Amino acid sequence: MSNLNGLEAEVLAAVTGAADLAALDEVRVSALGKKGRITDLMKTLGAMAPDERKAFGAAVNQVKDRIADAISARKATLEDEAMNARLAAERVDVTLPIAAQAAGRIHPVTQVTEECIEIFGAMGFALAEGPDIEDDEHNFTALNFPPGHPAREMHDTFFLPPNATGEKVLLRTHTSPVQIRTMKGKTPPIRVIAPGRTYRCDSDQTHTPMFHQIEALVIEKNIHMGHLKATIEHFAAAFFEVEQVKIRFRPSFFPFTEPSAEVDIGCARTKDAIRIGQGDDWLEIMGCGMVHPNVIRNCGLDPDEWQGFAFGMGLDRIAMLKYGIPDLRAFFESDLRWLRHYGFAALDLPTLGGGLSR
Amino acid sequence: MKFTVNWLKEHLDTTATAAEIAEKLTAIGLEVEEVDDRGATLRPFTVAHVLTAVQHPNADKLRLCTVDAGDGAPYQVVCGAPNARAGLKVVFARMGTTIPVNGMVLKPTAIRGVDSQGMMCSMREMGLGEDHDGIIELPEDAPIGVPFAQILGLDDAVIDIAVTPNRQDCLGVAGIARDLAAAGLGTLKTPAIAAVPGQFPCPVTVRLTDEVKDKACPIFTGRLIRGVKNGPSPAWLKNRLEAIGLRPISALVDITNLITFDRARPLHVFDAGKLTGGIHVRFGRDGETVDGLDGKTHKVDGATVVIADDAAALGLGGIVGGVPSSVSDETVDVFVESAHFDPYTIAATGRRTGVQSDARHRFERGVDPKSALDGLELATRLILDLCGGTPSEVVVAGAFPADFPNQTFRPHRVEQLTGMLVPEFEMARILEALGFGVAMAEKPWVVSVPSWRRDIEGEADLVEEIARINGLDRLPVLPLPVTSVVPVPALSPAQKRNRLARRLLATRGMVETVNYSFIPEAHAAAFGWTDPALKVANPISVELAVMRPHLVPSLAAAAVRNAARGNEDVALFEVAGTYHGIAPKDQKAIAAGLRTGHAAPRQWQGGRRPVDVFDVKADVFALLAELGAPVANLSVAAEAPAWAHPGQSGVVKLGPKTVIASFGALHPKIAKLLDLEGPAVFFEVDLDAIPAAKARASKEKGPLVLSDFQAVSRDFAFLADDGVAAEALIRAVKGADKALIADVSIFDLYRGTGVPEGKVSVALAVRLEPKDKTLSEQDIEAVSAKIVAGVAKATGATLRS
Repeated sequence: MSNLNGLEAEVLAAVTGAADLAALDEVRVSALGKKGRITDLMKTLGAMAPDERKAFGAAVNQVKDRIADAISARKATLEDEAMNARLAAERVDVTLPIAAQAAGRIHPVTQVTEECIEIFGAMGFALAEGPDIEDDEHNFTALNFPPGHPAREMHDTFFLPPNATGEKVLLRTHTSPVQIRTMKGKTPPIRVIAPGRTYRCDSDQTHTPMFHQIEALVIEKNIHMGHLKATIEHFAAAFFEVEQVKIRFRPSFFPFTEPSAEVDIGCARTKDAIRIGQGDDWLEIMGCGMVHPNVIRNCGLDPDEWQGFAFGMGLDRIAMLKYGIPDLRAFFESDLRWLRHYGFAALDLPTLGGGLSR
Repeated sequence: MKFTVNWLKEHLDTTATAAEIAEKLTAIGLEVEEVDDRGATLRPFTVAHVLTAVQHPNADKLRLCTVDAGDGAPYQVVCGAPNARAGLKVVFARMGTTIPVNGMVLKPTAIRGVDSQGMMCSMREMGLGEDHDGIIELPEDAPIGVPFAQILGLDDAVIDIAVTPNRQDCLGVAGIARDLAAAGLGTLKTPAIAAVPGQFPCPVTVRLTDEVKDKACPIFTGRLIRGVKNGPSPAWLKNRLEAIGLRPISALVDITNLITFDRARPLHVFDAGKLTGGIHVRFGRDGETVDGLDGKTHKVDGATVVIADDAAALGLGGIVGGVPSSVSDETVDVFVESAHFDPYTIAATGRRTGVQSDARHRFERGVDPKSALDGLELATRLILDLCGGTPSEVVVAGAFPADFPNQTFRPHRVEQLTGMLVPEFEMARILEALGFGVAMAEKPWVVSVPSWRRDIEGEADLVEEIARINGLDRLPVLPLPVTSVVPVPALSPAQKRNRLARRLLATRGMVETVNYSFIPEAHAAAFGWTDPALKVANPISVELAVMRPHLVPSLAAAAVRNAARGNEDVALFEVAGTYHGIAPKDQKAIAAGLRTGHAAPRQWQGGRRPVDVFDVKADVFALLAELGAPVANLSVAAEAPAWAHPGQSGVVKLGPKTVIASFGALHPKIAKLLDLEGPAVFFEVDLDAIPAAKARASKEKGPLVLSDFQAVSRDFAFLADDGVAAEALIRAVKGADKALIADVSIFDLYRGTGVPEGKVSVALAVRLEPKDKTLSEQDIEAVSAKIVAGVAKATGATLRS
C-alpha cells in the first residue's frame, strides 16, 4: 500500500508540475493511459486472492479517481492561463481613432424644397416644372405684363439673344411662367407647386443673380382669397414647425394677380435670432393674389368659370429664416465648411409623419 | 414717396397720429417703409410760463423760479440760465422726462438746499443745436401746455411709402389723402384750384407735331408770367422740400417740385427770355443733343419727345429740362409748361437715357392727364404769390386724351373672389370715395373710372379697390377643399428620381452644392459650348456669362475654391439643369459629381490613395441601380467626352446609342484651364435618359425562388490580349450557360513574369447555381469547357496553363 501511496504522490506532483497542456497529457498517459502505471496496477488484480483483490482494487480505484480529478483541475487551470495569454497578446488600443467616414450633405435649398413639397403635397398640390430659359411671352406677356410696362423693369432681367422669330429670350425672373405652362397644358382643376431656379440681374449683400422660388397655383371653381389665406397660414405653421403663425395680408400689386397682396408673418426679434410665429414684428415672406382674369384668359380658360390663387416665395429666404442662415450669397459659393454646417444629413428626409426636421 | 404728416393734413382732416396713419397706409396697400417722427422725443417738453424769478437764497448765479405749465399748481424750479426771468415763455420738462441730448432722466432734486421740480431747457439740451447760452425763449403768444415742437414746427413726422407701379396717383400727397379718407381715416379736404385769369394773350406759341399729338404728347398747356422776381423760396417751402429730402433751388423751381409731390403733377419752367421763337413739341432728330439739368448731355433719337424752340431742342419732354433755357435768379419772364406724356414713350426714353427724375418716375407710370390745366393754374397762383408778376392767358395745344372706358361691375364678384361679405352700399361708398362714379341702378353696375386711375382695366381691379379699403384683415380663413383624405404623391416618377439621386449621393459621402447656371465663357467653350444663343447678353460679370453645357466645370470651380481654403480632398455633387438650346426640351436634368485629391483621409490603418476612375464609376452604378436603370443591360465603352482623359474615362450606354452617363478623369489640359491641381475624377448621369420603370398593376415583388442544390464556385485564369475589354470577357463567360452561371467576378489581373509581353492574365471566379440537381464533376467539366470555348471565340483569350 505504501507503494501505492508513493505512486500517487509522485503522479500528483507530476500533474502539478506540468507546465502546459502537452506535459499534462504526458503525465495522464504515463499514469492512466493503456500502459500507464495505474493501469498496470489494475492489471495485477487478477492474480490476487479475492479479499486482497477487493481491498487493493478499491484503493487503486480511489487513487485513479484522485489523479484524474487532479489532471482535469490542472487542465482547466492551464487552459485559463493559455486563454489569458492569448487575450493579452490580442490586446489592441481601442482608444485609437476610427477611420472617418465621409459624411455627405444635402444643400439647404434642397432640404427646404422637399419640406415644401411634403406640406403642399398633403394639401393636394402636385409638382410642376418649367425651363430656366424662357421667352418673353411666358415670363411677361402672358402674365399680363404689357410690353414697356415699368413692372417689367423692376425684374432686372437677364437676356439671351433673341430667337429665330425675333422674340426676346431670357432667364426666367420668377417661377410664375410655370403658371402659364401648367394652365395651357392641363384642364382645371389645377393645384400645383413649382419650385426652381430664378434669375435677376442683381448682386449685392442680399441679392444674388440666381436664387430659388416656389410658385403655387390653384385654379378651380369658387376658390377665393379666404382659401389663399388658410393655405398660407397652414403652410407657415407646418413649415416653421410652430403651432400657429400670425399672418398679415397687405394689399400690393403684381400684374398677374388681382387682387394682389404681400404676406407678412409675425415674428419676434431677439438680439441674435428671429423667432417665427408670434411677436410684434413682421417679416415679408411672399407675394400672392387671385390669378388675374387676363392671365386665365391668356391660357385659353374662361375667368368667369375658373378662378383661383397663386403665390410665389423665395426658397432661399425661407431657408434662411427657418434655419438662421445669415448670408444669401454663401448658398452658391459651395464652401465645404458652410455646407457641412448648414447642410443636412442624407437621411434627414422631411416627412409629415416623421417630422420635417430633427 | 416721402411726405410729412402736416403736409398730409392740408389734404386730410384727421386727428390720427403718425403711427396710426402709417398703419392704415400699409393696410390699404401703400406700404410704409419708414416713419421718421422727429417730434416724438420732444413731445413731453411743453410750453410753460415763468411766473416769478428771484435770486436763489444760497447761490449767486442761480435763480429760483415758479413756473406755470398749465397743469395745476406752479412748479418750483432752480435755474442757472442768465435769461431766466418772470414773464418768459419757456420749454419745460417735468420729472421723469428724458433729456434728448444725453438720455438723462430728470429726478426730483435739491440744489443748494432748495427743491427743484423740473427743468427749463436750452436748444442744446433738446438736441437741436449747440446754443447753450440760455434757455429757449418761445414767442409770447405760445399757448401754455402744448408741446413746444409744435410752436417751432419740429413735430412733423416724415413718412416714406413704397408706391407700387400701378398707383402713380399716390406719388402725390393729394392722392394719398384720398385713399386714407376712403379708408375712414379722415375727411378729404384737398384745396380746390381756382383758375387765374390771364391779363394778356400768351405771346409764346405752342405747336405739337402730328406725330406727337397722336399719342406721345396729346396735350400741352402753358402760359407766360411776366415780371417775376425769382430767388430763394420762403422758409415754409424750403422746409417742406427739405423734409422729404429735396434740395431747394429757387422759388420757381421749388414750386414745380412742390406740385410734383403735392399733386403728382410734374411741370417745367422755362426762362422765356432765353427762348427763340415758340415752343415746339416734336420727336427728336438724329444728331440733336440736350444739355440736361441732371448735368449730362443726352443724345436724342426719333423716338424721344423733345420740347424745342425755333432754334434747338430744349429738354426731354416729361423727363428732364435743359440747362440753356432754365430759370435763374435773373429770370424776369417765365413760361410754365404743364403737359401730358405717354407712359410707354417716357419709359422707353427713360430707359435709353438712364435719367432718374421725379417727372420720369410719374409720367412713365401714367400721370392724370386732366391734371395738366389744374397744375398750371396752381403753379400760376404760387408764382404770383411768391415771385409776383403778371400772367398771360393759358395756351393749350392738342386735346385731353379720351376718358377711360366705363367698367361693368357685378357686386357678388367681391365675395366670389375674396370671400369677404361687403354690403353693396359700402362697396359704392368705397368706389365713390376713391373718385369712381357708380350707377347702382344698372345691373350689372356701371362704374366710371377717374382720370387718375389708369390702372383700372376691369372688374377684378374694382374688386381689389373694395377689398383693400374694406381691409384684408377681414379675409375669412377657409381651408382648400380636401381632394384626398390621405395625400396622393406630389411627385411624378421622374421628379422622384432627382430627389433619390441627391439622397443616394449624400449617403456616398458626397456634399451637395448649388452653383450658378452660368459659367465663364472659356470654361463653357472647353466643355463643348458653341451656341451663341446660350450666351447671356447682359451678364453681371464675365464669370457668369454662358449657360453651362455641363455641371462639371461648376463643380471644378467649387473644388478649386475649397482647395484654396485647405480642402484638397472634396467629393461634391450637384443635381441641376444643363443647357443645350433655348427650347424647354433643351434643358437636361443632370446629376454630376466630382472627387478630387484622395479617396480617404490619412489614417493609421492606411487605405489612403488618390481618387481614381473606379470611384466615380462606382458612383455612377450605385446611382443607376438606385434609380431603377436596367443595370444588367447597360454596357460601358471607353468613349470619352473630349474634355475627359481619353484613357481613363468611359460612357455607360443603354443599347448601342443611348449614353446615360459618363465618368472618368478630367483631361489634364482641361484641369489646367480650370486651375485644378491633383487627381480629379467626375461623373455625369443624364437623369432623363434613364428609362422609366414600367408601371405595374401591383406592388408584389414576385415569389422568392431558392435552389435546394449546392452552388459551386470555379476559378479560371485566362491569358488575354492587353486590349481586350474586361467586360467582353465577363460577357463571354456569362454567355456560356446563362441558366447555370449566376455570377462572374474578376479577382486578379496580372502582367509580368510568366505572362508574355502584350498579354494580361485575368483571373475570374464563376459561381454556378444549379436549379434542378446537384452538379456532378462531369457537369462542371462540361460547363468549364463551354466557358473556355466561349471566351476563346469572343476574345481570343486562352486558359492559362
